[in-house]
Amino acid sequence: MKRAVAGSSLPDIPESVRVVVLEVTGRLKDLPGALLPVLHGIQDALGYVPEVAVPLIAREMNLSRADVHGVISFYHYFRQQPAGKHVIHLCRAESCQAMGAVTLEKHVKQRLGVDFHETTQDGRYTLEPVYCLGNCACSPAMMVDGELKGRVTPERFDAWLAAEVS
Amino acid sequence: MSFTVYVPRDASALSLGAEAVAETIATEAARRGIDVTVVRNGSRGLFWLEPLVEVATPEGRIAYGPVQAEDVAALFEANFLHGGDHALALGPTETIDYLKNQQRLTFARVGIVDPRSLDDYVAHGGYRGLEAALRMSGAEIVQTVTDSGLRGRGGAAFPTGIKWKTCLDAQAVQKYVACNADEGDSGTYADRMIMEGDPFVLIEGMTIAGIAAGATRGYIYLRVEYPHAHHALKEAIAAAEAGGYLGDDVRGSGKAFHLEVRLGGGAYICGEETSMLESLEGKRGQVRVKPPLPAINGLFGKPTVINNVVTFASVPIILDKGAAFYRDYGSGRSRGTLPIQLAGNLKRPGLVERAFGLTLRELIEGYGGGTASGRSVRAVQVGGPLGAYIPASQLDAPIDYEGFAAIGGMLGHGGVVVFDDTVNMAAQARYAMEFCAIESCGKCTPCRIGSTRGVEVIDRLLTSDNAGRQREEVLLRDLCQTMVAGSLCALGGMAPFPVLSALDHFHEDFAGSAETAA
Repeated sequence: MKRAVAGSSLPDIPESVRVVVLEVTGRLKDLPGALLPVLHGIQDALGYVPEVAVPLIAREMNLSRADVHGVISFYHYFRQQPAGKHVIHLCRAESCQAMGAVTLEKHVKQRLGVDFHETTQDGRYTLEPVYCLGNCACSPAMMVDGELKGRVTPERFDAWLAAEVS
Repeated sequence: MSFTVYVPRDASALSLGAEAVAETIATEAARRGIDVTVVRNGSRGLFWLEPLVEVATPEGRIAYGPVQAEDVAALFEANFLHGGDHALALGPTETIDYLKNQQRLTFARVGIVDPRSLDDYVAHGGYRGLEAALRMSGAEIVQTVTDSGLRGRGGAAFPTGIKWKTCLDAQAVQKYVACNADEGDSGTYADRMIMEGDPFVLIEGMTIAGIAAGATRGYIYLRVEYPHAHHALKEAIAAAEAGGYLGDDVRGSGKAFHLEVRLGGGAYICGEETSMLESLEGKRGQVRVKPPLPAINGLFGKPTVINNVVTFASVPIILDKGAAFYRDYGSGRSRGTLPIQLAGNLKRPGLVERAFGLTLRELIEGYGGGTASGRSVRAVQVGGPLGAYIPASQLDAPIDYEGFAAIGGMLGHGGVVVFDDTVNMAAQARYAMEFCAIESCGKCTPCRIGSTRGVEVIDRLLTSDNAGRQREEVLLRDLCQTMVAGSLCALGGMAPFPVLSALDHFHEDFAGSAETAA
């Protein structure tokens, strides 16, 4: 695949970000439809896809910055700001609703002192909504850093949180 | 003497502590100097019993559940390795009523085999469908699938064979097979269970589709919310490649088929097939206008067979045992079996694979055992967030595509979510519009704008006086009609169904807070 002309100057970005972007794009950019795999690769490495990295990703992928920004912003999963140390995905979908997810959601927000898409003040937890984790036979469900939890009640959430903090 | 113990690695079982159970069994066995092999199988789908531990005995597999790590020492004391009695003992797994009264064709191996072992798959009848397919022409394979009566299990219920034929007949140097594994409907987890519990059956089904249609490359578009399925698929694909079941020369046939997993980005709309194609191409997941059909002009503009996981996973048994075998199950124009997923407020949620024709009541009361809360069932949503809410009075509707359409519902992906009498249906209606607003791809106006206006109208309706409420209801119904008729795809086109069904069957919930109090 041909490289875009590197004529226009790119904004300065942190070296750590540049290294990751070039490593990931170098490895994946020749896949057909490579942009999602590339964005996953960057987010896996950095925890987010920094806004300052967009021009470099665009140049390496031979796409416009608007294309790259458009894709990042379309998908709920990609984030442009760093998350807390742990990301809690709390399910809001119907099966979990039928088992008390609305009460659980209120409890979790109050307990952590954050709304959805926010990070706790100590930087430990980011709370995100999710619409189904496929754990509908064990509702309500949540996922913490890829680890799935089922039949989560407010009491079990508190017990989990206490065990995490201690 | 050595023993084999099964502890599921299924994500739901893990969510209830299966990992700690497996570790404790291994530790406890080592401490006692007993030779125990722990196999991490998929789930049998009896989720109220998970983590379900099974022990292989000369009399067959004996089940214990639900087991927690702290129960393990007592199980050893009770001599569970020889099927000893214990409070958690359930007897031979196959004799548990819930499982015994099923017709597992697609799920034949899920929960039984080691999902990471190709040898185990082959030993349990795996790859016989592909072997049969490799002796047939593409047209013969397509004819077999058509004759089986298999219809797309993802929701649209389109005849699979006809879709494949369209792709087979299209002329192109490159064709693709794409598996929709973006199982986003709440209440559904059958795809996940297959990918985690028997990933080779999906690989085999897709390989057969590729051989049939002349496609040499396949993609599994997997939702990012399924990390466990991702691991299982990657390992299975590597094993299938090493075993000669994928690659440039599938089983010495001279035919190529390559397979790759791609992760989505948490967008519900990417479960819509054209949106999924856009996403696979590395773009925003915006819906395409049809026609052209993906079977003619699909991924990267090339002819593409698209089916969901359960559909592909149902193909190997059809090729192995013949179209008639599969067709003999079912009722009316709904042939074969449907893996139904029982979810929400139920005592015994789980996977029930049965021939079409069972009623909702048999499922909810017979299998599900009624609500977990012990209260009465008030509403059931079948087919995910775009499915209508069915009132308790209509539970005798038969589960088949036409029977469900007759009561204004849709089977969709076979997810059944049960609500008890504490549910507020106005809140559920509002949520349906809210969900559509969050997940709309934005391409067409009825969906993008209509869903947001829908939330607003419902909010106004719930706070208005009597006259205002009637006015807002007329507006809401009109808006729903516009969305149904004017949206480009099923998201905007069907999001009104839960709203309208809530209005029709549970009108009292829209009376507004002021008036309920009075």
